[in-house]
Amino acid sequence: MAVNPELAGRTYPPTEPYLVGRETVREFARAVLAADPRSLDPEAARAAGFADVVAPPTFAVVVQEHTLAQLLADEDAGIDFARVVHGDQRFSFSRPIVAGDELTARLTVTSVRTLGGNAMVTAESDIRDAGGEHVVTATSTLVVRA
Amino acid sequence: MSTLPAVGEVVAERTVAISRDSLVRYAGASGDFNPIHYRDDVAAAVGLPGVLAHGMLTMGVAVQPVVDWAGGADHIVDYQVRFTRPVVVHPEEGATLEITAKVGAVDADAGTVRVDLTVRFDGGTVLGKAQVVVRPAA
Repeated sequence: MAVNPELAGRTYPPTEPYLVGRETVREFARAVLAADPRSLDPEAARAAGFADVVAPPTFAVVVQEHTLAQLLADEDAGIDFARVVHGDQRFSFSRPIVAGDELTARLTVTSVRTLGGNAMVTAESDIRDAGGEHVVTATSTLVVRA
Repeated sequence: MSTLPAVGEVVAERTVAISRDSLVRYAGASGDFNPIHYRDDVAAAVGLPGVLAHGMLTMGVAVQPVVDWAGGADHIVDYQVRFTRPVVVHPEEGATLEITAKVGAVDADAGTVRVDLTVRFDGGTVLGKAQVVVRPAA
């Protein structure tokens, strides 16, 4: 299986809405060893002007993951999951994710490059709230080993 | 924070211990159940030196000193890393990450600070171009 060189520019359908739960955010915060009261304590989050706990920055990957699953499941994309290494990752926020958000993500493959026999696939997932406003863009480069 | 810090200033330093328990906890919290992060036999079968920490766990842990310095997760406006070296987590001894956060650039007009992270494990760095753009509290 080889990565489809025509993959760049392909966009996948938006994912099903993901409802961000308070306890899910708190569990994630504990898992990344966060001490931030805004992620752990709803009272502290409300005192800072948020409706509920604020997700740690990398929580966005949980929502992005659903879009990467679409990409990996697309046989025509030709990405063999067993050969995939995570090359780089970026999150660019318009606002933080807050418990209670209903988020939808849409992935676009922005580039496919070949480097020393490996394919480097860069994919951007645009994550929006129920009102259609941009929350965060999560960008990953997957290295698909030859 | 009323004034922006100077370029070169170290704003946070932290040493963090990661154990196999941390990996299981992160797998459950994130939904990333790739067995190379908890099964020695699977890691060995695919030619890895041992069970590895999730790259996203390292990324998530490394930003926490900056979150605390900035005054909360909501102050992080952009965060990127390159995964350059795996973190092997020993079943008994775990792994120790040494995190240093240093100001790399200040944009006074935008009111943002770029904090560059260095994360060391076992004598080398594990992240490249690890940059956090922060909008500190006014």
